[in-house]
Amino acid sequence: MKISPLLQFVLFTIAAFIIVNMPALFGQPLPESLIVLYMFFSIVMILLVITVTDKGAEGLLRPIVSFVNSPEKRRLRRVVFILIPLAFAFLTYRSLHSEVAAPVEHRQVHPAPPDSFRAYGREFVIQSTKNPFRALEKTNPGEFRKAVKQGGEIYFKNCFFCHGALLDGRGHYARAFTPAPLPFKGGNTIAQLQESYLFWRIVTGGPGLPYESAPWSSAMPAWESMLSSTEVWKTILFLYDYTGNRPQELR
Amino acid sequence: MRFAAFIRPPYLLRMVTLSAIIFMAFFIFAMNPEPSYASAPSAQDAAMSREAAQAGHELASDKVSSRYAPAPRLHARDYPRINGVNGRVSVWLAAQMHLWFAAFVLSVPIFVLILEGIGMIKRDRRYDKVAYEFIRVSITAYSLTALTGGLLLLSLLVFYPQLLGYLSQIFGPTMLAYAFLFFFESLALYIYYYGWHSMRSGTLKWLHLTTGLLLNASGITLMFIANAWMTFMISPGGVDSAGVFDGNIWHAIHTALWNPLNLHRFISNIAYGGSIVGAYAAYKFLSAAGTEERAYYDWMGYTASIIAVAALLPLPFAGYWLAVEIYAYSQQMGVTLMGGVFGRIFIMQAVVIGSLFLAANYYLWCGMHRSDGAYRYTRYVKYIAFIMFLCFLVWFTPHTLVLKASEELAMGGRYHALVAPLGLMPAKNTAINIMLLCTSLSFLLYRRANRVSVVTWSSYGNAAIIALYVAGTLNIIFLGVYYGYYTDTVYKVISSIPQVSTTITVISAAFIIEYFMLRGAREFAPLRWGRMPRRSQYALVLIAVSLTWLMGLMGYISEAIRQQWHITGIMKDNSPDAYTPALSYAVKTVSIGTIIFLGIILFIFWLGQLKTSEGTSA
Repeated sequence: MKISPLLQFVLFTIAAFIIVNMPALFGQPLPESLIVLYMFFSIVMILLVITVTDKGAEGLLRPIVSFVNSPEKRRLRRVVFILIPLAFAFLTYRSLHSEVAAPVEHRQVHPAPPDSFRAYGREFVIQSTKNPFRALEKTNPGEFRKAVKQGGEIYFKNCFFCHGALLDGRGHYARAFTPAPLPFKGGNTIAQLQESYLFWRIVTGGPGLPYESAPWSSAMPAWESMLSSTEVWKTILFLYDYTGNRPQELR
Repeated sequence: MRFAAFIRPPYLLRMVTLSAIIFMAFFIFAMNPEPSYASAPSAQDAAMSREAAQAGHELASDKVSSRYAPAPRLHARDYPRINGVNGRVSVWLAAQMHLWFAAFVLSVPIFVLILEGIGMIKRDRRYDKVAYEFIRVSITAYSLTALTGGLLLLSLLVFYPQLLGYLSQIFGPTMLAYAFLFFFESLALYIYYYGWHSMRSGTLKWLHLTTGLLLNASGITLMFIANAWMTFMISPGGVDSAGVFDGNIWHAIHTALWNPLNLHRFISNIAYGGSIVGAYAAYKFLSAAGTEERAYYDWMGYTASIIAVAALLPLPFAGYWLAVEIYAYSQQMGVTLMGGVFGRIFIMQAVVIGSLFLAANYYLWCGMHRSDGAYRYTRYVKYIAFIMFLCFLVWFTPHTLVLKASEELAMGGRYHALVAPLGLMPAKNTAINIMLLCTSLSFLLYRRANRVSVVTWSSYGNAAIIALYVAGTLNIIFLGVYYGYYTDTVYKVISSIPQVSTTITVISAAFIIEYFMLRGAREFAPLRWGRMPRRSQYALVLIAVSLTWLMGLMGYISEAIRQQWHITGIMKDNSPDAYTPALSYAVKTVSIGTIIFLGIILFIFWLGQLKTSEGTSA
């Protein structure tokens, strides 16, 4: 049986609608913002494929043109021409109708650091602040190893409850938090960062996150009141050393 | 051609006048050995020293007393205001308008030169004719480039005089070189354009080609110089933390982002120029009166779109390099750029780029039907389209979704288990590489639509091409999935390189095999230029409009990542406009700019048509 291009368009559009609204396929329901995008481009794609040939384009348009022009279809046309604006009116109402619900969240997951921040009674410029112990790696490896070891002790006394014994973000309390504590293991997080970024995040914690995209949901404490800057720098050494990552170099 | 005719107004007269204004303005600001703030009160020096020291920097006393002044510390009163005119928006739109025109007029001579060269080698006058028409389209835009450049300069002079003054202190010599090069480029362009017909054969033709080469060399150098000013503002070099210049201009030019931006702009300008000329051809095609005219503009549109698409292919990788360098230079900028406040615009960028690829493919698919032999390959289109569609969905799916509270509750968190991983770079890289393969495949099918290979090994050739595409796709997916999600980030980033290499290898190898397969091929059915549906022309228009808008959006981001800085880290913006506008405001401003620019372009097209009509009637 030969299916007309217009019917093909309708069937494929319905199929696309069913697919994107099928939670079983995606494991979880898709948010409306994504469904709108997926549906829009599904329709565009279906139209493009059908209209590649003149035959397809004519087959798609002919029934519509005939419907609009044919005197025999006047009654049906009137019904449809009333229904279409009503459908758009309903969609408009739906999009403008305010519900009693929390507003849409636009939170970005990646906090951009500030240029500088105040801690321990002084100003730290993110772009130029260096780990004071990093130079020991070359100049005095023995002292460096000692600092790393001390950093490890600080970590296990303070951080591992959330960030885990394996530095994989799966500490005892990890499951209680959304977002989950950051894993340091692997190259997904600290491998892409400069040490000054870690210093900022540890020292200022959740309260120090930027205003953009607030409110943040971070449970990270501001460690400035609990650890000295030296202890924080040593902990950072340990994080990189244990995970085998290298911090991004300052330029 | 008589000299009197050569120098006739409006072009040259206008150019000389404008260039003189620009030159004088540069001269005043660039040659001033001691700008007003050089003898700033000692309290200011002391304050800067204190600030630098607080920031962990020693401000060397010899540098304070250097012959170069530090970056001025501005206050709201340092920014002149004109009632009813927003300084920032004025500079923003003038800069963007200038960039659009400049991108167009810099790129057109590149492929005009290439087409002229091909025409000479192939001894085909068609190439020469279309090359001349390309340059003719761009010549009016050249005047407008100068006009908008003047507008930008004057806007900066009026609204940000201190910034311009500080930049001129460092870049004075390059600004002078810019002005001289501008004169030289104008000269080369006018000889190239007006001498086209009188230098059409023999040694004169070679001389003409050389002039085109000089025109391109000066144009590209101009772009590199202007890029240096811009990249200095984002990633300054050759200055200390207070902005005191070390005296070596190369340090200020060759900053971390200069080369990545040079490459990115060079490629994108070609794509952009191709797209605008393609839109021009579409406009002419749609308004063509006769079959012959339609055929000619169909061919012109095809040539321009191929140039645009060919440049679009490597563009994502050049952009990727630029983004990597931005991230490496400053994690603050990197995070702000793609993960932070501008992340949403990158989703829009992805949607627009995906649309560009769809439009380009649609044009190729429609183009197959220029020949009756297309029916042999039409059935493959839906499969290519389906794969492209899936890749497109992956390409624009955001990592952080816009969620209602009820949706977040239903999902059990902010991240969708299946969709969220698609928002990460490995998925994007995989998708774009496969989209590139699909686009090249569409082009291969297009090339075959009217021909039949006569070589004895054509079945083996086909098998090899199919094997290449299948193996290449599988390799790209493997690299993206395994190294992107199951190993360390170090490999995740690095794996994008073999992905790109795979794409380039597959496309190159397939095209080489195809080339030899189709040598001496038998014509299955003639290719009829002009036999294109009108709807296909709108795809060309869409490419031009999308690229214009995209350039505007990305232009906004590249400036806005400096956030509260005129020059990152050394010169703060303390104007009343020193805030990052809401995304909707920025998008609206860019959209208004796009509409104005495209309106002017339409006007240029219309002017070109007037000229043609006059010529025809004469």
